[in-house]
Amino acid sequence: MSAWIMAAFMLTAAAGAVMVILYRNPVYSALSLVLTMFALSAIYVMMGAYFIAVAQALVYAGAIVVLFLFVIMLLNLRNQQALKESFGLRAAVGALLGALFIGVAGGTMWAVLSPDQFSKSAEVFKDEGHTESLARLLFKNNLVPFEAVSLILLAALIGVVVLIRFHGRPSSDNSEESNDA
Amino acid sequence: MELAATAAKAVFIVAFILAIVPMLVLGERKVSGWIQDRHGPNRVGPGGLLQPLADGIKFLAKEVLAPKSVDRKLYFAAPALLLVPALMSGAIIPWSKPIPADSFIGNLLSAENWSPDGIPFQLARIDVGVLYFLAIVSLGVYGVILAGWASNNKYTLLGGLRASAQVISYELSLGLSILAVLLMAGTLQVDKIVEQQAGAGWFIFYQPVAWFLFSVTALAETNRAPFDLAECEQELVGGYHTEYSGMTFATFFLAEYGNMAMSSALNVSLFLGGWTLFGLEEMIPWYLTFLIFIGKVLLFLFVFLWVRWTFPRFRFDQLMRLGWKMALPLALGNVIVTAGAIALHEMWSAPLWPVMAAGQLALIGAVVLTSVLNARADAQRSQA
Repeated sequence: MSAWIMAAFMLTAAAGAVMVILYRNPVYSALSLVLTMFALSAIYVMMGAYFIAVAQALVYAGAIVVLFLFVIMLLNLRNQQALKESFGLRAAVGALLGALFIGVAGGTMWAVLSPDQFSKSAEVFKDEGHTESLARLLFKNNLVPFEAVSLILLAALIGVVVLIRFHGRPSSDNSEESNDA
Repeated sequence: MELAATAAKAVFIVAFILAIVPMLVLGERKVSGWIQDRHGPNRVGPGGLLQPLADGIKFLAKEVLAPKSVDRKLYFAAPALLLVPALMSGAIIPWSKPIPADSFIGNLLSAENWSPDGIPFQLARIDVGVLYFLAIVSLGVYGVILAGWASNNKYTLLGGLRASAQVISYELSLGLSILAVLLMAGTLQVDKIVEQQAGAGWFIFYQPVAWFLFSVTALAETNRAPFDLAECEQELVGGYHTEYSGMTFATFFLAEYGNMAMSSALNVSLFLGGWTLFGLEEMIPWYLTFLIFIGKVLLFLFVFLWVRWTFPRFRFDQLMRLGWKMALPLALGNVIVTAGAIALHEMWSAPLWPVMAAGQLALIGAVVLTSVLNARADAQRSQA
């Protein structure tokens, strides 16, 4: 029974991902992304990984896609035909690369994962609760790499701000006052 | 029978929200009348008590008129997307102490077979409790944004954009103010947080700063005055729900008041001890602890109404300054103070309460000082 529900959520996630690129209306694309995020979240719940499931919903569906929608609405795209792309060389190369990716990723999973992997991962968290065991992994066993990753992300964030401030506008001195006005 | 108990709890939560909303609407009109020195609704039924019923019939009977230019799918999905999270968020609230297995309801569900310690009056006792609430509540903003966009009207779009910017900004402070409580409780499960407060005292006494931040950001998250810029009449006609009528409009109302009720319930559970009352809860049956809980929630809901009719609405730049330059640093500082006090307590067994109180006082002083200095600098810059 639960295997069928899991399969349904997997199909939903894949369908949502396909809809993201098929919809011509960017708002519908963003909402399809939310569908995918939720299906992923449901899959995590079925695997017993409640914390990751909730973090998935909270961070991706609750914040990041909201920002996407915010930007889409600020740009207020009128001409949705401009987003349509004819099937050319670019699409062909994209399809080829996509097929290659699916092949490599699927092959690796096929080789590494066994069918009872999912039920095993659920049993790991049964004793002390998923949140606690995850926190122990992140903040005790792998503290240094975890903090290093957050520093790298912060560096990327600052990099974006620097790029926008100094390459976007020729006179960065006046930008402060024009914001206040 | 466990399934029956779960179904009954789910039905209770939905029924509770759907029942409290009409009373809140009436309460809002009565309180506003009281504050503005007038009567409020007093024509339908004794003292106007049947006004919500009349309003409900009016909403149902009204034509649902959708303008031609709307995106019909999202236009009708938006109110539902706002209401469903409001109904779902009640799942982790512990409404009373566990219902004993030998009580009437316990016998009815033959509880001693599957839960001899009593039936917990909480739909979902999940590991990630509070995070579930945050995740569900953060989804409500989709309803607001999509209503604004699908209506195909520049005023509704502006209302939706304002709402999303506001919710994203205040969500951070909300999460950090809850984090301070979680640090003290050491668990994410709301029922365990409530039980800890029964023994150790309510967390509002340890975390007044976090409680204040939570209450203010909850006002912002539920789009209530003084944070109701998304439906600012003077600038945006009616805000994101300008183009809605009849029952679709009433759904926005339901969701707004439902969100208020649920955030008050979480506030009570996290900071005011939920269904506990200074040891009294040990002596009384479970349904009286339920009444204690509801009484605390109603108190908070009254504060929601009181605030709306007392404070003027913020300007948008004031809203953003308050969110990013006041609330967020205060919440971050509070987390650091709390973590530091707990660390001192655990390592050198320093007294928890005085250290934390001193740290919070220093924090409030620092934030007030910097805001005064900032305001002075702003004033000088605008003169120059």
